[in-house]
Amino acid sequence: MKKTVVWEKKHLLGIEELSKEEIILLLDQAESFKEVVKRAIPKVPPLRGKTIVNLFCEPSTRTRTSFELAAKRLSADTVSVATSSSSFLKGETLKDTARNLEAMNIDMIIIRHSCAGAPKFLSECVNASVVNAGDGSHEHPTQALLDVFTLREKLKKIEGLKVSIIGDIEHSRVARSNIWALTKLGAKVTVCGPRTMMPAGIEKMGVKVTCDVNEALEGADAINVLRIQLERQKQQLFPSTREYVRNFGITKDRLKKHAKKDILILHPGPINRDVELSQDAADGEYSVILEQVTNGVAVRMAVLFLLSTTRQIIEQAQKE
Amino acid sequence: MKILIKNGRVIDPSQGIDKKTDVLVEKGKIAKTGNCAADKETKVIDAAGKIVCPGFIDMHTHLREPGREDKETVETGLRAAVAGGFTTVCAMPNTEPACDTQSQALFLREKAAKLGTGTVIPVGAITKKREGKAISQMSELKDAGCLLVSDDGSGVQDAAVMRRAMEYAAMLGLVVSVHCEEKTLAENGVMNEGYWSTVLGLNGIPREAENIMIDRDIKLAELTKAKLHIAHVSTKEGVEMVRAAKKKGIAVTAEATPHHFTLTDEEVKTYNTNLKVNPPLRTKDDVEAVKKGLKDGTIDVIATDHAPHLESEKEREFDFAPFGMIGLETALALACTELVDDGYLTMKELIQKLAENPAKILGYEKGTLKEGAAADITIFDPEKKWVYEKNKIRSRSANSPFIGRELKGKVTDVIVDGKIVMKEEELV
Repeated sequence: MKKTVVWEKKHLLGIEELSKEEIILLLDQAESFKEVVKRAIPKVPPLRGKTIVNLFCEPSTRTRTSFELAAKRLSADTVSVATSSSSFLKGETLKDTARNLEAMNIDMIIIRHSCAGAPKFLSECVNASVVNAGDGSHEHPTQALLDVFTLREKLKKIEGLKVSIIGDIEHSRVARSNIWALTKLGAKVTVCGPRTMMPAGIEKMGVKVTCDVNEALEGADAINVLRIQLERQKQQLFPSTREYVRNFGITKDRLKKHAKKDILILHPGPINRDVELSQDAADGEYSVILEQVTNGVAVRMAVLFLLSTTRQIIEQAQKE
Repeated sequence: MKILIKNGRVIDPSQGIDKKTDVLVEKGKIAKTGNCAADKETKVIDAAGKIVCPGFIDMHTHLREPGREDKETVETGLRAAVAGGFTTVCAMPNTEPACDTQSQALFLREKAAKLGTGTVIPVGAITKKREGKAISQMSELKDAGCLLVSDDGSGVQDAAVMRRAMEYAAMLGLVVSVHCEEKTLAENGVMNEGYWSTVLGLNGIPREAENIMIDRDIKLAELTKAKLHIAHVSTKEGVEMVRAAKKKGIAVTAEATPHHFTLTDEEVKTYNTNLKVNPPLRTKDDVEAVKKGLKDGTIDVIATDHAPHLESEKEREFDFAPFGMIGLETALALACTELVDDGYLTMKELIQKLAENPAKILGYEKGTLKEGAAADITIFDPEKKWVYEKNKIRSRSANSPFIGRELKGKVTDVIVDGKIVMKEEELV
């Protein structure tokens, strides 16, 4: 018998605040939407009449497009606000921008922002539901959900899996959200990267820490290779791209020597080819990078759908 | 006019007094501490159940005037001070322009003197314009009433400049109050570096940024024989270094703020920008070390680091909000709860850290109820519970994480130079 889990959250601000059951509910919901996105006409009506704003205060192609498609496939109306065209440049605060958008009667705001905590702050300013599409180095919950979804689809379970996250852990919201999601679902997580990009106290999040990439590959069922931001080199966090590749680059050769034969390779994109991930590894048979992108739409549909049903219930209760 | 404060528990650490008795004020001075009778012209304050003590002296206040009168002014800052029992505040020089000349220092003192609601001791800048490059005209600042110098808001990064500044200040007998922060390590940080900064994805300020500078400045104090005062010490190691330096006989004193002995970095998980302070809120271990430092006398003073900011500046993303919280009106209550109730300090020791010790460090004649001293007196009810409400804040700014919190210990009456400035919790 399956336990009935009721979705009660109005916002999705991070994975940290979700229970194991809520994560599974989201994944299950995404599974049914995955069937929808594969149809010839991939559109269903549950969010008809709802208005969703994509408020992207940081550049993004993949995530923004994915959210926009997810909303459209649920029949919602969508508006995109990008920093370059917004009044941020004119000095308007996030609070004012959000409240102005809300004055136009919207239901949900999807926000990407370079500052950690911006979605939480936004959720305190407006009545609309807020979805975190990545905030600074804090969280990127839908990325973690699609990563876990992909792993579950491929390996049929999460519990007991060994997953290594490799790269710039300190500045990675993908790493943090993945750690929460994977550990809550019972996976064993190792984080690996240069010491200069390993945040203080990370082991208290329940992960193993290593600076030896071969050790991180050893016995892993999957690796999530993070994009290395080349501008970090200016901050002297690594001496050169060459040296990064030498110590942390994932190549087919390295995989052959140290990893299980069927190790899955994930990457949140965009890839620096032949930096953190070599050409042959990125396009190799165990790379699931493009499937992650496909699954991203289904997962985001699940998020938007569940959040909007909660809102309907809350609004209904307020009316009565 | 004569004022007789009757039936209170009079605590004056400078005379070793802690007993139920009366205090008589006459012509702006303390006339007598002991049982007195009132005559017809005497105004009587019944202090039964309350504590009567010297007015508090805050060694670390930001009054924002001149330059940011939208955040605080001498007038509003002193009203907030009085409401919190502080009759003297040391105004930090990070104003616009910085307080680095005689005229600036005199401006603050005269403004306060005109208001008559408390004394402002101007803090002169250590370096001209607080730029950390050339030492300020400390002799003229001293003549204008500065008892201490500080570049608070930032630390003097250049060790050679600091050495010369300390030597010069030592010659003049000025106290050097230091904001210990090694800038390159602290850069871009917005909270304590540790587990919580990692979870929250906020840039961390390592404790070493503070520790390295405390270490350097103690060593420079040893070299220069300057009177060094470590402002807002927040780390366990910082407390230990001060303790060791004192043992060695180096002339060092230290202060702790109420927020650093009350709150930890875990609280930042709400991303409440009113918790963004510098130095940042540290860990539970650090809070414990600060409290123990207060208990064993390593930390001499409780100072507020009252730092007013506009609501619109704080209603921002955490990264974009300025550092600082207000503290004058909540300091006593937090100290009563965290330090006295929890057994770290006796009430007498608390008053020592709020009044007697700051006066001693500064060589300031107040902070005592001795006969003949200026009558700066604070009367408070140590048991009174109250809620800190936003609309009752006297400061011009309201950036406090304690709003809405129930606190214990409230100032009821305050006398400044023999004049009643607060009566039954209302400013006169």
